[in-house]
Amino acid sequence: MVRLTDNIRFDFDVIARWIAPGERVLDLGCGDGDLLMYLAEAREAKGYGIEHNIDHVVACIKNNVNVLKIDLEQGLAGFEDGQFDHVIMSLSLQAVQNTEGILTEMLRVGREAVVSFPNFGYWRHRVSINEGHMPVSDSLPHQWYNTPNVRFFTMADFEQLCEKRGIVVNERVAFDDDREITIDPNNYASVAIYRLGRSRS
Amino acid sequence: MTSSGSVGVVEPRRARFDQPLALRSGGLLPQYELVYETYGTLNAAHSNAVLVCHALSGSHHVAGIYADGLNNLGWWDNLVGPGKPLDTDKFFVIGVNNLGGCYGSTGSMSLNPASGKPWGADFPFVTVEDWVDAQAQLASQLGIEQFAAVLGGSLGGMQALAWTLRHPARVRHGMIIAAAPKLSAQNIAFNEVARQAILSDPDFHGGHYYEHGVVPVRGLRLARMIGHITYLSDDQMAEKFGRRLRHQGPQYHYGVEFEIESYLRHQGDKFATYFDANTYLLATKALDYFDPAFEYDGDLAAAFATARAKFFVASFTTDWRFSPERSRELVFALMHNRCEVSYAELDCAAGHDSFLLDDPHYHAALAAYFDNIEV
Repeated sequence: MVRLTDNIRFDFDVIARWIAPGERVLDLGCGDGDLLMYLAEAREAKGYGIEHNIDHVVACIKNNVNVLKIDLEQGLAGFEDGQFDHVIMSLSLQAVQNTEGILTEMLRVGREAVVSFPNFGYWRHRVSINEGHMPVSDSLPHQWYNTPNVRFFTMADFEQLCEKRGIVVNERVAFDDDREITIDPNNYASVAIYRLGRSRS
Repeated sequence: MTSSGSVGVVEPRRARFDQPLALRSGGLLPQYELVYETYGTLNAAHSNAVLVCHALSGSHHVAGIYADGLNNLGWWDNLVGPGKPLDTDKFFVIGVNNLGGCYGSTGSMSLNPASGKPWGADFPFVTVEDWVDAQAQLASQLGIEQFAAVLGGSLGGMQALAWTLRHPARVRHGMIIAAAPKLSAQNIAFNEVARQAILSDPDFHGGHYYEHGVVPVRGLRLARMIGHITYLSDDQMAEKFGRRLRHQGPQYHYGVEFEIESYLRHQGDKFATYFDANTYLLATKALDYFDPAFEYDGDLAAAFATARAKFFVASFTTDWRFSPERSRELVFALMHNRCEVSYAELDCAAGHDSFLLDDPHYHAALAAYFDNIEV
């Protein structure tokens, strides 16, 4: 019944590594439910996807993925504290207005949060800006006038925000396409994936 | 949606039950009959049955037409049929008129065996749970141990919800649309005004109007007019009628002037010709009493602790009678219990009535969900 889409995004594999078998997960901005299907198969993870786009909601139902149509800008009101092992947001954080609010909410509802986003500081993006144009790339595929993204930030920016909000970076993996980048990722990685926790204080 | 067929000409059937039914009100129905219709074919494993529960003024006539009245289309015909979202090529679909109804099942118009006269106002109060228990008896008689799904909108959604709580082993999917886990004070208030309209009609005769050969037409009309105001959204009413007048300029009388007045009177008049006042009273009370969390100190999550079904919940953005907020309460209570649930909140202009219409996203979501139900 479960049919995985052909092009599994490379960040799925990293996310799956961080999910223990049988975990309860919540996937924010879950699209057609492909990550949840992947995690169900790879990790027997159970949970729900959140989507605001009704076409995506219908696609999830078609894929037999539990999905709730909720606007993330409203936060996660109604969800209980610590209800999930992991709250995941794969390549959607840059499209949410209420960045700080949603990060706080993810760590309220989840024991840990997993966040991936396109790194605006990627060297090709810097070159593009230097040449006088907003970057368009695999990780930022839209033009400036039609992008759904509303927040543009680098890995360094994100880590600064985490520090300010008392969010602990438990693990970080960065990629240029499907190549893992360990040296100067803020410059050489196009996509970053973080495993975040609450500060102990 | 994709093109699809009709179930064609259908015929209601009647099931008789001689085992008494204990009612929540404390009453006992010694025997009763339920009128129902079926569409599609029950498979060999008896695993493809879907029960469609009707709302306040609905009936067992969910889909198709009657041979003697070609205009009498089932109330959810756009959903049920071959190739439609609730596909009768796959599922065996059942519609049943609830106890206390006025479309042939035992109700106020039936003869009270004790008096030999119509029950009238003496028909016992029936609740959503009583309806569900009677439906379960019908299922057993039809050889259906477990429904693939129980589906309903509005008051019908409450029955689907009650099924998953009262008979958790007998329903695999609960599909609850434009409903609420209980009525708000405002909902009850509207129902009470509708009831008072009927109760205060001089032709009501304490509910025994059948013996007087009259019908409390004025009360029924008013009740329906009030209902219709709550079924439509403010925006849709503005769009459909606005302040349009029937004549050029104001006439300064109490006859019909605004189009909305004409619409409400028409709906009220029509309703009073076919619906029974006692049924209306009973059904609104069933709505008011429904509150599965009541026995759990108002804790809805606790009420769902025994639920085993998988759920589909849908609401409509412009529905202010049972707003999306009420459906979300339900979804969060289900999630608390780790129930599987999908929730579609649909952008439809038509208010509460949207659940009977065929918005493309709405029907696509239903079709996708039904498609994944294994039979």
